[in-house]
Amino acid sequence: MSRISKAFFTALWFMLLTLPVMGIKLNLMENRVDWRLDRVLYLGVAAFFLSMLWTWLFSRKKRNLPLIKAPAFIKIDFYGLSANRAVRRGFFASLILGLIAVPLLASFYQTNIMISAMLYIMLALGLNIVVGLAGQLVLGYVAFYAVGAYAYGLLHQYFGFGFWICLPVGGILAALFGLGLGFPVLRLRGDYLAIVTLGFGEIARLAMLNWTSLTGGPRGISDIPRPGFFGIPLNINEATIYIYYLALIAVCLTVVVVLRLKNSRVGLALQAVREDEIASEAMGIDITRAKLSAFALGSCWAGFAGVIFAAKTTFINPASFTFMESAMILSMVVLGGMGSISGVIIAAVILIMAPEYLRAFSEYRMLIFGAIMVLMMIFRPQGLVSGEKRDYQVSALARKEADAQ
Amino acid sequence: MTPALEVRDLSKNFGGLRALNDVDLRVDKGEIVALIGPNGAGKTTFFNCVTGIYQPSSGEIYLYNPDKTLLNGKKPNVITALGMARTFQNIRLFGEMTALENVMIGRHCRTSSGILGAIFRDKKTREEERATIDDSYALLEFVKLHELWNEKAKNLAYGAQRRLEIARALATEPAMLLLDEPAAGMNPQETIELKELARDIRDSRGVSILLIEHDMGLVMSLSDRIYVMEYGGCIASGTPEEIRANPAVIKAYLGESDA
Ligand SMILES: Nc1ncnc2c1ncn2[C@@H]1O[C@H](COP(=O)(O)OP(=O)(O)O)[C@@H](O)[C@H]1O
Ligand SMILES: [Mg+2]
Repeated sequence: MSRISKAFFTALWFMLLTLPVMGIKLNLMENRVDWRLDRVLYLGVAAFFLSMLWTWLFSRKKRNLPLIKAPAFIKIDFYGLSANRAVRRGFFASLILGLIAVPLLASFYQTNIMISAMLYIMLALGLNIVVGLAGQLVLGYVAFYAVGAYAYGLLHQYFGFGFWICLPVGGILAALFGLGLGFPVLRLRGDYLAIVTLGFGEIARLAMLNWTSLTGGPRGISDIPRPGFFGIPLNINEATIYIYYLALIAVCLTVVVVLRLKNSRVGLALQAVREDEIASEAMGIDITRAKLSAFALGSCWAGFAGVIFAAKTTFINPASFTFMESAMILSMVVLGGMGSISGVIIAAVILIMAPEYLRAFSEYRMLIFGAIMVLMMIFRPQGLVSGEKRDYQVSALARKEADAQ
Repeated sequence: MTPALEVRDLSKNFGGLRALNDVDLRVDKGEIVALIGPNGAGKTTFFNCVTGIYQPSSGEIYLYNPDKTLLNGKKPNVITALGMARTFQNIRLFGEMTALENVMIGRHCRTSSGILGAIFRDKKTREEERATIDDSYALLEFVKLHELWNEKAKNLAYGAQRRLEIARALATEPAMLLLDEPAAGMNPQETIELKELARDIRDSRGVSILLIEHDMGLVMSLSDRIYVMEYGGCIASGTPEEIRANPAVIKAYLGESDA
């Protein structure tokens, strides 16, 4: 009952607040005021139901109940299934096969969307090393993406270097920039680190914008070649398909590398630094080194993605590297669940694909985006996927099991 | 006796507050030494200075493992690598990680594979990882936590968390182990087990132990020698019998705090 009356008052309050904006229209032609109370009423009804939903969600959260429960007849034990080797292999095999088939079946337009989705997956996984694993909140990540892209653009423009040389060079350059940013900010944490790195991203963008003699300023760099295919000239369709496969391979490599890194000695140390710097140091971890490795690795990946991006679009300018991009990539990491690789991939796919296929809502894109983030922070702050445990093979336990049989 | 840890004239100021005032302390190889004193006496500050978390204002700290090394100005991770490990009064485990992973982190400074090894997983890296996992599990067995090896640290009971911190510290292969109130929050049964564990660490691993503790029964029965601190200074030291009979100690500590 109280829920209904609460929702009722919320709706009333909302109607009152929006009355001047939604309910009154000045008719300047006839010099009178048009009252449009029906619109306010609709709004009130909507507010009433949303408020009901809202308090219901909160009450479930308070009682620690899941917000969404799958109906009993589709009760699939996802955890059991994902632990099963054969099922997992089958899933990944069909996923890879499906991805290989995409450019052969899908249109040029859709292939392009898939390429940018894969670039974002690379970026998000790279940032995941810094933010998700090492816990260093970096807001200017897109700067390293720009370093990679401009490295290719400029090296081609001035020295005529090709894609395959620029790919490693772009990655290494970005990693050096990462180290360059890493050194001065080593002592900063949390908000301070976020602000400094945000500033770094803006400086990088302004440099690209204003250093006209080198970067071409707002005009950017055009006529960047697509990657060569053993010297065979490709038309634009073929080149796109080729880049699609390159990006696919790059993403697969990224997943393998990040997964191995996460489960390694170094990755474990990074996660320790995220949890407690003092305890990590007392346990013999060199946190300076750990943080710098995280910065270098994360920005290196952005550099690779940047080179592929430049090759895909053949044209780059500072407008592609705004703070919005950094925010987007960070959202993927946060939404996916800090440090979780599968979660970050899912979040990247959702955040890139959804706006492309929901063009009808494009006006409300940022609104919906913001609402999703707020709801996530309230109801699932740990992200889509969390609490994964790695399965370790302990020799002593294996022996015990063998003895028991 | 050869010393394991030697501290001379250690002082630490926080602004106007003198938290440590010319403290001298020595732990010999294979000794279990207790550091007692009322709350706020500066015991934890002493640990923080010795392990490099705070920079002491003056004084020298030497670790013998086996060579004499001056620890002043060294970073905490370097000091740990030199052979001194500690636990924390307010438990500082990596809560989101499993018990096994917590101990594996302790192995960090005794292993070496890097980023390239992680990516290519060569034979050496795989073997090192295998050894890290097995050694860590063995340490969990040592502190009797092996059945909970795959539980997240934050979900463990209080006493188990304290033992996990000890296992994590042992994983760094210390010659000198510092325990900050290891029995705090433990029930009597757990405290007895802790006492046996401490002796076992000393006897089977040859680790010297310095512990801060408020439980007088534990301190008196476990330690070879005791140092008593008050207001940042060391007011007495000696065997448990000597400390028990020392009037200054009775006045300063046993009289009020253990009541
Ligand atoms: N980081 C710090 N900054 C300022 N004062 C501190 C700091 N750490 C400890 N102190 C002060 O030093 C004194 C000793 O504290 P502590 O070593 O924790 O005592 P104990 O462990 O013996 O209970 C206390 O007065 C405490 O407030
Ligand atoms: Mg203390």
